[in-house]
Amino acid sequence: MGRSSVKQPVRPTVLRSLAAALLAMAVSLPATAQQQPAAPASVTLDAIRARGTLICGVNTGLAGFAQPDSQGVWRGFDVDYCRAVAIALFNDPDKVRFVPTTAQNRFTALQSGEVDILSRNTTWTLSRDTSLGFDFAGITFYDGQGFMVKASLGVRSARELDGATICVQPGTTTEQNLTDWARAARIRFQPVVIERLEEVVNAYLSGRCDAFTTDVSGLAATRAVQPRPAEHVILPDVISKEPLGPLVRHGDQRFSDLVRWIHFGLLTAEEFGLTSQTIGQAAGDARPDVQRLIGRSGDLGRMLGVDNAFMVNVVTRLGNYGQIFERNLTPIGIQRGPNALWTTPGGLQYAPPFR
Amino acid sequence: MSDITASTPTLHGGSPARSAPITAVGPIAWVRANLFSGWLSTAVTLVLGYLIVRAVMGFVDWAFVNAIWSVPVNGNGVAQTQACRELHGTGACWAVVTEKHRFMLFGTYPFEQHWRPALVCLLFVALYIVSSMRSFWNWRLIPIWAGTLTAIGILMWGGVLGLPYVPQERWGGLPITLILATFGLAFAFPLSILVALGRRSNLPAIKALCVLYVELIRGVPLISLLFMASVMFPLFLPEGMNIDKLLRAQIAIILFAGAYLAEVVRAGLQSLPKGQYEAADAMGLSYWQKTGLIILPQALRTVIPPLVNTFIGFFKDTSLVLIIGIFDLLTAGKTAIVEPSWQGFGVEVYVFVGLIYLVFCFAMSKYSQGLEAELNRHRRR
Amino acid sequence: MSDATVDPRFRRKPPKRPLRLSWADERVRGIVWQLVVVGIVGSIIYWLWSNTVHNLEVRRIATGFGFLGREAGLPIAEHLIPYDPTDTYLRALTVGVLNTLKVAVVGIVLATILGTAIGIARLSKNFLVAKIAAFYVEVIRDLPLLLQLLFWYTIMQGLPGPRQALKPLDGVFLSNRGFRLPALVWEGAHTAAVLACLAGIVATWLYARSARAKQMADGQPRRVWPAAIALIIGLPLLVWQAMGAPWAIDWPALRGFNFQGGMSMSPEYAALLIGLVTYTAGFIAEVVRAGILSVSQGQWEAAQALGLRHGPVLRLIVLPQALRVIIPPMTSNYLNLTKNSSLAVAIGYQDIVSIANTTLNQTGQAIEGIAIIMLVYLTISLSISLFMNWYNAKIALVER
Repeated sequence: MGRSSVKQPVRPTVLRSLAAALLAMAVSLPATAQQQPAAPASVTLDAIRARGTLICGVNTGLAGFAQPDSQGVWRGFDVDYCRAVAIALFNDPDKVRFVPTTAQNRFTALQSGEVDILSRNTTWTLSRDTSLGFDFAGITFYDGQGFMVKASLGVRSARELDGATICVQPGTTTEQNLTDWARAARIRFQPVVIERLEEVVNAYLSGRCDAFTTDVSGLAATRAVQPRPAEHVILPDVISKEPLGPLVRHGDQRFSDLVRWIHFGLLTAEEFGLTSQTIGQAAGDARPDVQRLIGRSGDLGRMLGVDNAFMVNVVTRLGNYGQIFERNLTPIGIQRGPNALWTTPGGLQYAPPFR
Repeated sequence: MSDITASTPTLHGGSPARSAPITAVGPIAWVRANLFSGWLSTAVTLVLGYLIVRAVMGFVDWAFVNAIWSVPVNGNGVAQTQACRELHGTGACWAVVTEKHRFMLFGTYPFEQHWRPALVCLLFVALYIVSSMRSFWNWRLIPIWAGTLTAIGILMWGGVLGLPYVPQERWGGLPITLILATFGLAFAFPLSILVALGRRSNLPAIKALCVLYVELIRGVPLISLLFMASVMFPLFLPEGMNIDKLLRAQIAIILFAGAYLAEVVRAGLQSLPKGQYEAADAMGLSYWQKTGLIILPQALRTVIPPLVNTFIGFFKDTSLVLIIGIFDLLTAGKTAIVEPSWQGFGVEVYVFVGLIYLVFCFAMSKYSQGLEAELNRHRRR
Repeated sequence: MSDATVDPRFRRKPPKRPLRLSWADERVRGIVWQLVVVGIVGSIIYWLWSNTVHNLEVRRIATGFGFLGREAGLPIAEHLIPYDPTDTYLRALTVGVLNTLKVAVVGIVLATILGTAIGIARLSKNFLVAKIAAFYVEVIRDLPLLLQLLFWYTIMQGLPGPRQALKPLDGVFLSNRGFRLPALVWEGAHTAAVLACLAGIVATWLYARSARAKQMADGQPRRVWPAAIALIIGLPLLVWQAMGAPWAIDWPALRGFNFQGGMSMSPEYAALLIGLVTYTAGFIAEVVRAGILSVSQGQWEAAQALGLRHGPVLRLIVLPQALRVIIPPMTSNYLNLTKNSSLAVAIGYQDIVSIANTTLNQTGQAIEGIAIIMLVYLTISLSISLFMNWYNAKIALVER
C-alpha cells in the first residue's frame, strides 16, 4: 500500500472500528495480491503461501464444471484445476477455498483480489486479456456456441430458426454472438433472456423457447441428463469460438506461469500415458521426458517455484487431463472432440515440451 | 328524502328468564348467522366450500397419496429419478427433499460438521424466543444478544475449542438467512436510533444528512444496493484490502434496514406527547440524559410491533442475495436442483423452502399481532 | 396554537444572547457537533472516492457515460418503442425504463383493485369468505416475493406448448409462450372515439360541478348519471358510428414456431405481474381493512339517522374518512411494488435492472450502471410520492 500519503489519519481508525464492530461476522482481510507490474517476486504466490490456502472463483453451479455435491463438496472440471494448483503448492487438494461467482461479479472478484484465480468457464477474448487486466493461463477446454432444439420440431440447421424463440443467458459473450450471427444470417428471432442457468434450461425444457443457445459443452451436458436425450438435437452449426481457461491477474507472471504449466503437465502426463495409478511407478521409466515431468531430472519445478515432484503429486491425486475429463465431463455426455490430444485427428490440446 | 322507518323497541321484562331457542344460540345458530344468512351468502358458501374441498383433495393427492418419498441412489452417488419423472406432475417427488435437505439447510458446510450450523439455527430460535419475552425487555437483552452472537460466530467459524476451522465460503443455507437477517437487525437498530434522533434534531446539517440517507435508501430497491455491494464495493477499498462477499451483502442489508428502522423509530419518537420532552427539559436534563432516560425507553416500547413487522420484511428480503450468488436458503434450494438427475423438481423444493420461511414469518407475525393487541389494550385503559 | 387568551409575555421573543465561545453555550455545542459529524462523513466519502478513482485508474476501467452512444448488441424481447440490437445502449436502457413502468403502472392498478376486494372480504359477514381472505393475507405476506415469483414462473412454464395451447375462448390462446388475445385493427375512427370519450369525461365533470353548485344553492339533488352515460359512452359510439364503424379483428394464428397476430403477453411479464399483484394485494388488503375499521360505527349510524341511503353513506361519509387513513400506507405500498418490480431480473423480464445489469457486464462500468438504476428508481419513487402527497393534501381533514 504505497499510497499512504493520500490517506488521512482518521481513516484507519474508522476502518478498524468498522471491522471490529462486524468481527462477529465474516471478516477476512487477507493481505492479498496487489498489481505490481513486472515484479520479480510473485505477490499472489506469497500471499497464497502466507495464507495457507488458495482462493478460487468458480461457477455457482454448472454440471460437470463446478457444482457442490449433496455433502457440499465442490466437484467438476474447473474445480479440479483449482485443486491441481493447490496440490502443486501445498500437496493437499483441500487447501483451496471455493468462492461461487456469478457472470456479473466474477471479474470484480478477481480484480479486487477476492479470489486468486478464476476458473469459471470464461472465454478468452482480447478485451478481457487487455482492458480488464487479466492473463489467461491457457485453454483448458475448446468450446463453441451452438443450438439445441427439440427433435420433434424437425429443424436440421440453425438457418431454419427464422422466427423462433431462443433462450439465452445475458451478460456473456453468448448473447452478443447470437445477435451478430442473426444479423449476418438475416434471421429474426424472439429472445428469452434469463440470467441463471437452471432457469434458462427449465425455460427451454418446458417449451418456453424453441431453441437454447450456449456453449456446445453446456448443451451436451443438458442433453445428456434428460430422461430421453434423443428428444433433443444439437444442431451442427457452431457460431463462435469459445476457448475456455483459468485466468489470473495481469502482471503476476510467476503465478500465471505456474497455472499454465500445471495445465501443460496434465496434458503431457496423458500424452506419455501416465495416469494416477501408473505415475507412482514412473521412476523406472527410461524416457527422459518422463523423468523431467516427474521431477527426477531437470529441476523444472524449482524454476516454477514449487516442489520438483509437483506433477507427480497432482496426477496421483487427480489423474491426468484425460482422467479429469472422463471423471467430470464424460458422464454428462461431452465427447473429447477438439479437446483430444493433438496426436488424435481433430485434437487441439497440445503442450510445449517439459524441458 | 327517504322516509325513516323507526323500529319499535320491544321491552323485555315481565316474563321469567328462558333459555334462548336452539336456533338463536349454539352451533346451528352460528352456522346460520355466519354461513347461510341469505341466499347470496349461501351460494357463496356452497361454491367456496366446493372449491376448497376440491383444492384440498387435489393437494393431498399430489403431496401425499401419489408422492414418492425416496429413490434409490446408485454407486457413484447419482440418484435414479425415473420413478419420479414417470409421475408427470400427478404426485410430488419429495425424494428431492429427502436426498438434498441437508444441502438445502446447510449448503456446502463440511458434512460431518453439520451439527454446528444446526445448533446455530437453534441458538437463533432461542434468541428470538428470549427477545420476545417481556420480562427480558431491559438492559439484559444487550449481553444476551452479544453473547449469543459471539457463540454463533465461534460455532460457525471454529478454529478454537477443538472445533475445526470452517472458512466463510463454505457456509450456506438457513444459517446464512438467519445471520443476514439477525445481524442486520442487531447492527441496523442502533444505527436507526441515531438516524431517527438525527432526523428530529434541530441541527440543520445533521438533520439534512439523516434525511438524505433515509430518503436515498428508501427510494431505491434493495437489489441495487446488493449489486452495489457485489460489484462496486471492491472499488471503494484500497488495493489489497478485501471484505468478503457475505460481509459486503451484510453491510448493504444493514444500511437498507437502518433507513427503514429509522422511520419506525421516528414514528415512536413522534408518538410521545410533547409534555414528556418539556418535562425533561424543565428538570434540567441534558440532551443525552433526556433521550436515554426519558424518551427512548418509552418510544422503543411502542414501536416493538412495527419493528417485528419490519424484521419479517428483512427476513424475507434476505432471499434477494440469490441474485448476487450468496448461498442462502433459497439459493441453496435452487442449487440443489442443478444436478442433472434432479432438474425439473422445482415446485417441491420451493414448497419445502417456502414452508421454512412461512414457519418463521408466521410465528413472528402472530407474535407481533398479539403484542399489538396487548399494547393497545393497555393504552386504551 | 393561536390561543387568544395567551399571556402577552409569552409572545415576546426572548432577547438575543451574544454567541459565547464556551462549551456551556448550546449553540456552540450544536455547531461543534455538526462540524464533527459532517467532517467524519465527509472524510469517509472522500476516502472511498479517492480509493475508487485510484482503483479505476490502476485497473484501466473506463469511466463516464460515453458508452451510452455505442451499439448495445443485446436482444430485448419486449419493447414498447421500436428496438433492434444495433441500437445504442441509451435506447436499450430507455426500453428497460418503459418496461419497468409498464409492469409498475398496471401492477399498481390491479393490486389496488384486488387488495381492496380482499380487504373488504376480510370484513365479510360470511365466515368462509372472511377466513379465506385472512388465510390468503397471512400466507402471501409470510413468503418471500422472490420465491413467489420463481414459483409463478415455474407454473407459467408448465402450460402446454403453442401447438397444444389451451383455448378458453375463441381466439384466446394460453400457452407457455404467453397469452394471445385477438386485437382490434386500429384505425382513425378508434382514435376519434377515444378522444370523444375523453371529451365526454371532461364534460361530465363540468356538468357534475355545475349540478353540485346548483344543489348548494337550492338544496335539490340532481341526477348526474344519465348525462354521464350519454357523454362517456354514447358520444364515442356516435363518433365511431359516424366514421363508418370499422370493426376488423386481428385473430392470432399458429404460424411457424409461434402464434402470429393479435395481442400478446409474455410468460415473464405475466409471472411478474401476477406475483407483484398478489403479493402487494395482501398488504393493501390490510391497509384497506384498517382504513374501514378506523371509521367508527357511530358515523354509519349517524348518517343513517340523517336518512341517507347505503350508497351515499359510503361515498360521502365513510370513504372520505377512511381514505385519510388509507392513503399514506397505500403510497408506501405503491412504492414497494415499483421497487419490487426490480426482481424481474430473476425471471427474465427485461426491466431497467436487467438491461443495466447486462450493460455493466458488457462494458465493465459498474459504477455508471448502478448509478443509472438508482437514478431511475429515485425519479420514479419521487414522482409517486409527490403525486400521492398532492392527493393526500387534497383529501386531508380541513379544520375550520
